[in-house]
Amino acid sequence: MSATPVSLTQSARKGRRELKNVVATTLIVGSFLVALIPLTFIVIYVFQRGASILSWSFLTEDLPFSNRREGGGIYPAIIGTLVITGAATAMAVPLGILGGIYLNEYGGPGIFARIVRFLADVMTGVPSIVMGLFIYTIWVLPRKQSGLSGFAGALALGCLMLPIVIRTTEEILKLVPDELREGSYALGTRKAQTIRRVVFPSAAPGIISGALLGIARVAGETAPLLFTIGVVSVANFNVFEGSNTALPPQIYTNANTFGGFDAAQDRAWGMALALILIVFLFTLIARIVTTIYTRRSTAV
Amino acid sequence: MATDAPALPKGITKGTRPPGLIADRAFRILALLAGLMVLVILGLIAVSTTREAWPWFQAEGLNIFTDTWDPSKNTFGALGLIYGTLLVAAVAVVLSLPISIGIALFVTDVAPQRLRRPIVYTVDLLAAIPSVVYGLWALFVLAQPLSSLFQSVSDATSGIPVLSTIFGNPSASGKSFMTAGIIVAIMITPIITSITREVFATVPASQKEAALALGATRWEMIRGAVFPHSRSGMVAGTMIGLGRAMGETIAIALVVGASQRVTANVLGPGDTLASVIANQFGEASGTQRSALIGCGVVLFVITILISMAARAVVTRADRRAGIA
Repeated sequence: MSATPVSLTQSARKGRRELKNVVATTLIVGSFLVALIPLTFIVIYVFQRGASILSWSFLTEDLPFSNRREGGGIYPAIIGTLVITGAATAMAVPLGILGGIYLNEYGGPGIFARIVRFLADVMTGVPSIVMGLFIYTIWVLPRKQSGLSGFAGALALGCLMLPIVIRTTEEILKLVPDELREGSYALGTRKAQTIRRVVFPSAAPGIISGALLGIARVAGETAPLLFTIGVVSVANFNVFEGSNTALPPQIYTNANTFGGFDAAQDRAWGMALALILIVFLFTLIARIVTTIYTRRSTAV
Repeated sequence: MATDAPALPKGITKGTRPPGLIADRAFRILALLAGLMVLVILGLIAVSTTREAWPWFQAEGLNIFTDTWDPSKNTFGALGLIYGTLLVAAVAVVLSLPISIGIALFVTDVAPQRLRRPIVYTVDLLAAIPSVVYGLWALFVLAQPLSSLFQSVSDATSGIPVLSTIFGNPSASGKSFMTAGIIVAIMITPIITSITREVFATVPASQKEAALALGATRWEMIRGAVFPHSRSGMVAGTMIGLGRAMGETIAIALVVGASQRVTANVLGPGDTLASVIANQFGEASGTQRSALIGCGVVLFVITILISMAARAVVTRADRRAGIA
């Protein structure tokens, strides 16, 4: 124990020790308040600046041909964000759930599962810009100009989501009581049937909320999209063909427009608000799913 | 004894495979392949980025570890960028760690029970704000006031030997290592908080109660029971935060400036491995592009080493806890 022996008499306690305790408690409460400052400032500022430019035409018009021009909307970027994130989800979530099932139901404490678990943790720490470079070298470069597409961006985002979904799925599956599995085996089902019909359904809400948090995390990513999706000023619903665009890289390029051009800055704030609303929406749904789920499971 | 075989279930004749066997095995293999994907992707990242970065390694040799990054002279030494990455991450962790530990203690040991969940959700909101929005805010709102603050700090320390080097020459635009470090500190706070909070939550209530029963104040209880029990978890949380800080790209790219030199001047402009890729890749070709991909490789290696080290700390602590 590192604690030094202290005098425990009432008078000693009332003196310096009590003072230290009050100071420490103040610092602990203070640190939470300090964290609240940037959160409130950023959220309020984005809502103020964003709301002043957000309008129906801003949401539905095409992007201007150049960031240096005034006017235009952000419709193509919203569509791009939704399509690219959607494609990434369609690839990463099923694969991630299967991977999580492997870790918890088949691999368990085995050496191979331990390696996969370890590497999934390592993969969570891979910077998003490295994922972007990876997809650039392996997908965009061999295809030259035609390699730039929503799909390339979705691959990069999918790689970022995969380890998150694997690990949350595994954590949720751990919570499923073994009695459920044993009961199912006792009825003569096979392992795959047990997993699909018994284990997975009882874990589904938790897995869904984990997946939604993964989506929320990648929907705001900029770095993996910078050199994988190209740029367009009209909406492109086709993920597989043609350049695309998305809210985060548009915010970045508009913010970086030389000289802090006012119209570009306004556009950036409007897009920032739209992006935050999308991300918060996914986070909120995930929270609601989790809350309903935990309430139900504690009620049982 | 009669040897009549029991009647087989309907639809099954002798010699057929048991029902569902193939589907069962197929599902197992499918799950295994999904797990394998992690290994495959990590391997591909290492191979494909290293291959594209190879011309840079060949052209520069050991010169990649000098601080001469100059596209106009076609020389690309990455030391200044590695230094910038470490510096920004260090500033971020130093600022964020005490606050994160404070919030975690607030949640586990100080705040009333019913407020704990809302507090956790509020801090997690910080993680939900996209990196580019942090960068936008830092660039247009935070940078100006910071630059005047930097100027006064610089004036105040101008005569003092070491401090005048560290705080001399503040950037007029507010774009600096320090600005980047501050914004990244905000971004990694929810990560370090959530890890330390989970560790603090595993401290046995009996140990805390024992400390309180001996007459310890709350702070003494935290120092004597909570911290010793959580040391390795706090170290691992710090390292994971450090890894995140190093990989952070866009927010830094918007506010760090564009100087690829090694300098002690924390208030001046700099650059990091990740932000230089974001800022220069668009116009780069030839050696420069391969050098930028090489920066990605260096970043990949550094962050992987850090997450491996973090895992090792956790595993060792788990093992020790298992024996005790």
